[in-house]
Amino acid sequence: MPRSVKKGPFISYKLLQKIQQLNDKSQKKIVKTWSRSSTISPDFVGHTIAVHNGNKMIPVYISENMVGHKLGEFSPTRIFRGHPGTKAEKASKVK
Amino acid sequence: MARIAGIDLPKQKKAYIGLTYIYGIGEVTSLKILERASVDPNKKVADLTDAEVAEIRSIMTTEYKVEGSLRSEVQQNIKRLMDIGCYRGLRHRRGLPVRGQRTRTNSRTRKGKRRTVAGKKKTPGKK
Repeated sequence: MPRSVKKGPFISYKLLQKIQQLNDKSQKKIVKTWSRSSTISPDFVGHTIAVHNGNKMIPVYISENMVGHKLGEFSPTRIFRGHPGTKAEKASKVK
Repeated sequence: MARIAGIDLPKQKKAYIGLTYIYGIGEVTSLKILERASVDPNKKVADLTDAEVAEIRSIMTTEYKVEGSLRSEVQQNIKRLMDIGCYRGLRHRRGLPVRGQRTRTNSRTRKGKRRTVAGKKKTPGKK
């Protein structure tokens, strides 16, 4: 079930404040965040946000297309390194 | 012969079933269109008059997205997901289920025919 429209999209308050501060000063700085569930609002476009994936921060450059998605969608939490035994995947493992 | 949106409709079927042969038209949409065109849904496709076919065609081209344009729209949406590098896009790239279904078993529709991994079951301790 989608979120009630009445509430508006969820954006972590602190994150929004930080971005708005940067916007006021028209600066670009990498903003670290753990708030993967925050919706990307139009204010974010053009910024780079480092989104935590449980292990490290993944820098995400926000483009216009991403508005409306959540930050966590751009910071994958799992790494698939292939199944053991198959040769083709062993080769890609080396990378 | 009724030809709508580049598709030949099956002659011997009822009109509302016949319309569902067009990509993007299901039974519900089909019935809605026929009601708007004031055509009896149970009439056979072969018995439709040219005027009725024209009416159906005009409703469909003005109000519905079907066949090629619909297909390309779907493809564009998928491509957008892949380009922005979000999770759903990654799943599309890998050809795995997109909406969080299990992949330990099943999900054969997305993954395609089984590709058995050699030596998975029988060789414990061979390494």
